[in-house]
Amino acid sequence: MNCLIIDDESAARAIVEQLCKNEGTLTVIDQFSNAIQAIKYLNQNDVDLIFLDIHMPDFTGFDLIQTLKNPPKVILTTSDAQFAIDAFEYECIVDYLVKPITLPRFQKAIEKAKNFTIKNTGQEKAVTSKGDAKDEESQLYINIDRRLIKIEIPSIYLVEAKGDYILIKTDSKNYTVHSTLKKIEEKLPKELFLKVHRSYIINLKRIIDIEDNSVLIAKDVVPVSRSNRSELMKRLNLL
Amino acid sequence: MKEQPNINYIKQLSGGDVEFEEKMLSILQKELPVEVETYLNTLKINNLQQTAEIVHKIKHKISILGLEKSYQFTVQYEKELLEGNKSKHEDFLKILNTMSDFLTK
Repeated sequence: MNCLIIDDESAARAIVEQLCKNEGTLTVIDQFSNAIQAIKYLNQNDVDLIFLDIHMPDFTGFDLIQTLKNPPKVILTTSDAQFAIDAFEYECIVDYLVKPITLPRFQKAIEKAKNFTIKNTGQEKAVTSKGDAKDEESQLYINIDRRLIKIEIPSIYLVEAKGDYILIKTDSKNYTVHSTLKKIEEKLPKELFLKVHRSYIINLKRIIDIEDNSVLIAKDVVPVSRSNRSELMKRLNLL
Repeated sequence: MKEQPNINYIKQLSGGDVEFEEKMLSILQKELPVEVETYLNTLKINNLQQTAEIVHKIKHKISILGLEKSYQFTVQYEKELLEGNKSKHEDFLKILNTMSDFLTK
């Protein structure tokens, strides 16, 4: 089995690497000290098994699992026994190893991993916790200062282009992200959002009123370009 | 009697792999002084959330060095730090000194 080790502590990574070496059937293909680098790797490479630390700064092991559409098998490695109950919420989690990990306990976990099949694989979501696939589609992760922050899509009412950045306005907070309007447009559900101007995407459900060439969204007056006005009018439930 | 650090756990994992034993000791020798410094700094500015974070990291090293009672003490200390209580600091410092002495021998 091809394995990945994700842990912010180098001593912990070295121990798991040695345990894999002793076990004999595992190949450690890479190691990461933070979740964000690991997510990038996992989105581009096939991995059979992840040894994943729960307690990492900024982005926990559970956050990482929730970010992946089809997570591989996961063995959690942690110093905190109290998270074990949370682990049962995830279909992809094979076992839960409390540090310091001993060789017999590690071998037992690997045996479980070999016989373990993740339910709902393929096109379906492997993680069943924290809601269903529909819930995942209603969330968007944005990268700010190497942290992936989750936003509930329905809470977004306006996205504004600001040079190389976009300003995402939500009910609770505004976020400035290094991205383009085109990229976020692709991620937002078309039935809910519309680009009304080259610099603005609005949430149609949040329109308060429309006047000539502008629309009021929450407290923001947003210009509507002539070319987008007809599409906007088509999408409204006009009396 | 005070607990003494040992490398029994490292030896068990190594199965005679000297390179691994040296690697582990090298990581502990390199990282512990930095972590102790961070611990003292975060405590000094009373950022107990950050102090608990670094205690969490050190906790694993305590277990690697076979300090079972100290490990249990540290589990409780980390919890109390998150609740805003740093009263176990002096005793924790003794554990850090014992580990540092062992690693610099």
